[in-house]
Amino acid sequence: MANGVLIYAEIRGGELTNATWESIAAGQALAAALGTTAKAVMIGNGLADHAAKVATKDLAEVLTIEHEKLAMYTPDGFAAAMVEAIRDADPEWVVFSHSYQVRDFAPRVAARLDRALIGDVIKLKVENGQVTLVRQIFQGKINADVTCRTDAPRMISFQSGAYRTDAAKDGSASVRSIATEVGSVDIRWTAEERFKEVKGAIDLSAAPRIVSVGRGIKSDENLGLVRDLAEALDAEVAASRPICDNGWLPMDRQIGSSGQTVTPQLYVAVGISGAIQHVVGMKNSGTIVAINKDKEAPIFDLADFGVVGDLFEVVPAIIKKLKE
Amino acid sequence: MKIVVCIKQVPRRDDLLRINADKTWVDEASLSFEANESDTYALEEALRLKEKHGGEVVVATLGAADASKTIKEALAKGADRAIHMCDAPLVGLDAVATARSLAAAIGPESPDLIFTGLQSDDLGYGQTGVLLAEMLGLPHASIVIALETSEDGATVRAKRELENGWFQWVSMKTPALLTIQSGINKPRYASLKGIMGAKKKPVDMKTASDLGLGADALTSREAIGTLYIPVREKQTEMLEGDADTVAAALVSRLRDNGII
Ligand SMILES: Cc1cc2nc3c(=O)[nH]c(=O)nc-3n(C[C@H](O)[C@H](O)[C@H](O)COP(=O)(O)OP(=O)(O)OC[C@H]3O[C@@H](n4cnc5c(N)ncnc54)[C@H](O)[C@@H]3O)c2cc1C
Repeated sequence: MANGVLIYAEIRGGELTNATWESIAAGQALAAALGTTAKAVMIGNGLADHAAKVATKDLAEVLTIEHEKLAMYTPDGFAAAMVEAIRDADPEWVVFSHSYQVRDFAPRVAARLDRALIGDVIKLKVENGQVTLVRQIFQGKINADVTCRTDAPRMISFQSGAYRTDAAKDGSASVRSIATEVGSVDIRWTAEERFKEVKGAIDLSAAPRIVSVGRGIKSDENLGLVRDLAEALDAEVAASRPICDNGWLPMDRQIGSSGQTVTPQLYVAVGISGAIQHVVGMKNSGTIVAINKDKEAPIFDLADFGVVGDLFEVVPAIIKKLKE
Repeated sequence: MKIVVCIKQVPRRDDLLRINADKTWVDEASLSFEANESDTYALEEALRLKEKHGGEVVVATLGAADASKTIKEALAKGADRAIHMCDAPLVGLDAVATARSLAAAIGPESPDLIFTGLQSDDLGYGQTGVLLAEMLGLPHASIVIALETSEDGATVRAKRELENGWFQWVSMKTPALLTIQSGINKPRYASLKGIMGAKKKPVDMKTASDLGLGADALTSREAIGTLYIPVREKQTEMLEGDADTVAAALVSRLRDNGII
């Protein structure tokens, strides 16, 4: 009988990710609510140090799957190894973080096992053993309660920030390496080294004040308005993805999961809806101001001060006031 | 080179969403629709490869009859033909069942490349492309932000976006599937000539039974229950009034708190 929770502990660029501790917290919470225990699994090569760190958490066991073919991430290698881990642990639930790596290989695992991967979950509700998961749809504008209709293993990936890293409970677990057949798996990728675009990149992480502009600005011809606001506030200009996609501002001004993470004292979001991929890059800012014409925009859930209105009226008024 | 592009029609991003009476979906009657954002980049990338290598671009869409508008637009931009899966059992499925349906339609086409957007703006599963690759036995790369193809089209080298500004190039043999990220290119607009020409391009309507899809294949493994507007957790101070009033209120709050 399938039993317990299996948590995927992710290594990226040779390090355990922060999201791993969030996943451990999520998996522990799920296990506690179901009256069962949680294990963790790690995939890679040379995992001893990382496994020892994960083993300091309250887990029944830490499984490792190691092979030279797993030294670098590939979806073929990691999907095969994850299926082996699931066969070994025979869990009722599998918990991932909704990272780019997980997005890349976990659907393959779901397809191989003919199961659902309920992705990008923000919350867990357990009542009488029945698990309901909350997902954001329409880019965070609406929430949906979702249930899984299949037998075990049922898979979930949690959105970044759904659980706090420091909520992962301490304990002490043993580490067990499990045998792998990955040696015979055809790895169809040739992966090159990861890199960061450095050419002339600007570092916004130290900026004390940021004015960030989103698709609400409509056209690059209107960017002057945002530049004027930034100047009046002595702030740097940043942007959400669509602005950089359109080439209106360079990529290195992009805030969010694919761009920069910033924590200025003041973050002014102008015409930005507040999709999670943007929010992860700025949610720890000191004071957040949102200007948006849609009163339901998710960015208002984060803001200290919210202005519902047309940015083309509000922003000039703010500039005028700042200059008085 | 034969390229299949999966395109989904979704509610326009600026439309006001209202949850329907039984709280199971949004009220679609009041909405207008458009192609999913990342899918438009996927289509553009396919059209560019066709310009480079020759061949054919085929659009594959799962969605109700009115998705024909989005299909027409793709044909007007330069796709050669389309497969539209629109009968009731094929609409509103979860990611696994959607991918299974797409696999049944696309598999027999034996394309060299399949492109999907990386995620839909409505349900946001972000899985359909990767699931489809697995079901068709193809290698894939996800979140692709730049693409190179060899002269003979036998290999692709894709730049993947990783978190926090990291990137990675990966190479693989075709046939392969790529999930395309917004910003990879600048999508074109349809020309008048294209719009006229689109009327004559073939759209192959497929039903679940045409594709040999039975009840089990089309059962969603993930069930959407109740929809609701998220409850705000933070105490946001909403500043109200005309532009000058809110500007004055905001500037004095920022000054009082020593932020500026
Ligand atoms: C894998 C992945 C990675 C991603 N990485 C990032 C990332 O790093 N950074 C990022 O930002 N996004 C990222 N995204 C995209 C993200 O999901 C959103 O699509 C994006 O953040 C939306 O940008 P936006 O808020 O500017 O646009 P929209 O969501 O279109 O919002 C525009 C807002 O402007 C408002 N508005 C319109 N007109 C006016 C007006 N006149 N006055 C006032 N308000 C107005 C609207 O009400 C709306 O809320 C990523 C997505 C994926 C799938």
